[in-house]
Amino acid sequence: MTARQQAPGRLVALWRVAALPVLAILLALIVAAMVIIVADWATTGTVNLLLPVYAYANLLTGSFGDPGLWAKGNFNAIVNTFVASAPLVLGGLAIGLGFKGGLFNIGVAGQFLVGAFTAAVVGANLATAPMLVAMPVSLLAGVAAGALYAFIPGILKARTGAHEVVTTIMLNNVATLLLAWAVTDVVGDPTQSFPRTADIGNAALPVLFGRNFHLGIVIALLAVPIVAWLLNRTTTGFEIRTTGANPNAARYAGIRPVVIITLTMTLSGLLAGLAGSIQMLGVIGFYASGISASVGFDSITVALLGRTNPVGIMFAAFLFGAFRAGAPLMQINTSVPIEIIDIIQALIILFLTADVIIRTVFRLRAAKPGLEEMATVTRTWGEGVAR
Amino acid sequence: MSGPAPALEMRGITKQYPGVLANDDISLDVKQGEIHALLGENGAGKTTLMNILYGLVQPDAGEILVDGRAATIRQPSDAIALGIGMVHQHFMLIPVLSVADNVVLGQETMRGPVLLDMDAARRRISVLAEQLGFTGIDPSTRIEQLSVGQQQRIEILKAIYRGARVLILDEPTAVLTPQETTEMFTVFRRLRAEGTSIVFISHKLDEVLEIADRITVIRRGRVVGSRRPAETDQNELAEMMVGREVSLTVDRGESHPAEAVLDVKGLHALDDRRHEVVRGVDLEVRAGEILGIAGVAGNGQDELVEAIVGLRRPSAGTVTLAGHDITGLAARRTREAGVAYVPADRQRYGLVLRAPLTENLVLTSYHREPYSRGIVLNEAAIQATAARLIADFDIRTPSATVGAGTLSGGNQQKLIVAREFGEDVRLLILDQPTRGLDVGSVEFIHKQAIAKRDEGVAILLVSAELDEVLELSDRVAVMYRGQLVATFTAEEVRRETVGLLMATGQAAPLAADAAEGVA
Repeated sequence: MTARQQAPGRLVALWRVAALPVLAILLALIVAAMVIIVADWATTGTVNLLLPVYAYANLLTGSFGDPGLWAKGNFNAIVNTFVASAPLVLGGLAIGLGFKGGLFNIGVAGQFLVGAFTAAVVGANLATAPMLVAMPVSLLAGVAAGALYAFIPGILKARTGAHEVVTTIMLNNVATLLLAWAVTDVVGDPTQSFPRTADIGNAALPVLFGRNFHLGIVIALLAVPIVAWLLNRTTTGFEIRTTGANPNAARYAGIRPVVIITLTMTLSGLLAGLAGSIQMLGVIGFYASGISASVGFDSITVALLGRTNPVGIMFAAFLFGAFRAGAPLMQINTSVPIEIIDIIQALIILFLTADVIIRTVFRLRAAKPGLEEMATVTRTWGEGVAR
Repeated sequence: MSGPAPALEMRGITKQYPGVLANDDISLDVKQGEIHALLGENGAGKTTLMNILYGLVQPDAGEILVDGRAATIRQPSDAIALGIGMVHQHFMLIPVLSVADNVVLGQETMRGPVLLDMDAARRRISVLAEQLGFTGIDPSTRIEQLSVGQQQRIEILKAIYRGARVLILDEPTAVLTPQETTEMFTVFRRLRAEGTSIVFISHKLDEVLEIADRITVIRRGRVVGSRRPAETDQNELAEMMVGREVSLTVDRGESHPAEAVLDVKGLHALDDRRHEVVRGVDLEVRAGEILGIAGVAGNGQDELVEAIVGLRRPSAGTVTLAGHDITGLAARRTREAGVAYVPADRQRYGLVLRAPLTENLVLTSYHREPYSRGIVLNEAAIQATAARLIADFDIRTPSATVGAGTLSGGNQQKLIVAREFGEDVRLLILDQPTRGLDVGSVEFIHKQAIAKRDEGVAILLVSAELDEVLELSDRVAVMYRGQLVATFTAEEVRRETVGLLMATGQAAPLAADAAEGVA
């Protein structure tokens, strides 16, 4: 086949995959616009139909800057978007990898915290060591901690059939509370005025560009092709996908689901731990009880929006990173609250999962059932484990 | 028009799917109290046509008339309102609910606006079951406690309860034992006598000839012709169906058995509920011979096979492959020793429906060279092999990258056969290798099996189709309640004796001499 014959086919194929997410975003923005108008009317008593336009325009400027700033060499807005996107890329990959293996790892939030905490503690202890030692060791410690924390629900699922959604939600709480105790009573820095770990010093990820474009962003971007390669080009990926799609056939083919389920969960936790580590070593700098683990939950939306495809996840993560980075400017200039981002995010999930709405509104052909990933989310819980 | 209008008429039904013209100007009528068989290969368009009739699929062209009046059927509820009922190949029953719950679901008998009146429902169901001649059905039994044959009756009961006057049955006998099929036909005749019209979809020639009043043959989306059973025979129908002359009997040739490949001694195994269902099996399969195991489904055949291939740990006994003890080895190690296996349930075990053909074709060999080196898959080698197997085994597919789930049942089975037969095997285990397949595919798979035997492969065949076992096997063993109760050579085996052994575990007194002991 010649390239010319292939080109339209590829575009059609791409649209077939991307239509649902793109239209879900569009519809979510439209509905959120109505929310903005109504909320504004409720507080000010006037109806301002153009408010959503101003809000979205400021959101865009907040996340990407404008030509005037770029001309002056100020790329802070776009760098902020990258910074906000990086942990979402890794978190999205963590969830997406789980989906491919038939697992719904809600525990990304907890694994993220454990990874961040470990990186912070190791980093604080190596704060004065040479950077080339302190930084990679802290990073790897955080990654290993995330992987280990996900290994627990993984082995439980594989050996006993304990549903990973239940165990990981519980382990999220265990992580939050255990780490709060640890930072208060065990590893906290007594010289600080509130419970937190000491500064990470030399363990910090170096800034490569602009104000805060740190090395972690590069790591997150590199993770995309690596995960794609692992899933699609290796025997391990073949085993993960086969086990996820049909555990019985996997067993028949000589794959051991017990091993693969544990491995998938551990790899997912590894990525979540990496997300926590780069956030800690690149942005936060110290662990304090109550640091946000919202990345863990945003990642679920990101993975669904990216349809568990690593490249799709990367784009979805950038969209959400842009929302997060641009929202403050929107709030300052138009007084539309940052929380509208949460509403948009929730609407996207709603439209993705209830895809009948999208198909009806945009008259898409219902040739294929919705997201196959949702099968993992909603799979019969009584199914247990394939022995 | 003279005479009463047909109960159901379809005119010029056309349905185009991307790349496939599933129905091409199909016209069909069913008279009141008629059993009309729709015969065709897998993928010929029978199911599409019936889905159109039941409102699950909208046609691109054509019209449907019920009792001579044009009908619009946009969804199944329209069809039900018009008196059309459907029994799907895969039952639409909820296993954990009772018979009565399932039958009334969606049409509940109410006491007032809120409360269910299940007592009244149960009484109505009992009366209806009596009328249909379904004995021994307790409306409060849970569906999961019923046999497949009984579940099918519940499906029919459900349709009649909803007022069906035209009943569509999609391959109803595919899941039944021969005895259950006979009983099902009795039910059909009773329904016909009461004026119900039946559309019976099948690809089994003998059944169609036995039960139908008229037979319409469909090939590649078009009507090839209609026949009355008296005017035709199996050979003509097969030819109409496949479009060429088909050999309905297997040309087995002579076998030249050599050394023993598989040697099973005193094997015991438990099923998933931990009941012992394989109870001391001894068997031997030699290179270049086919040992067929006949038996009613559920007599431990599946567990026996799983114990041999390493998917189930035997509780006692030994399995030896060419002199090496492989008892209890993991599935992958068993395969590496030279065992290939076509599983009974192709969608559950044999295929990953979501994955492309290419990946399914290397499902059991992806970890070996040339398909991978280290952990890196070799995409080029996988695609080359897939292209070769698709051509060699005549797997009909638009491309090698579509999901296996988009293929028809026959082509799905060919996919598995291509993968398992293609391997470098010493022992080939075929569990229900042609279940649900049309004559063309059956012929193909049988020929491949014979060819494999003649290459010197040892073949263990398990099938609920007695004819298949008898035609293909060089030796026939009968499995009954977890044991092999008799073994015959192809020359000495008699159909009646085997049938009796399958049903009772004992040969009739007169035939007792013919039965050897356990092999």
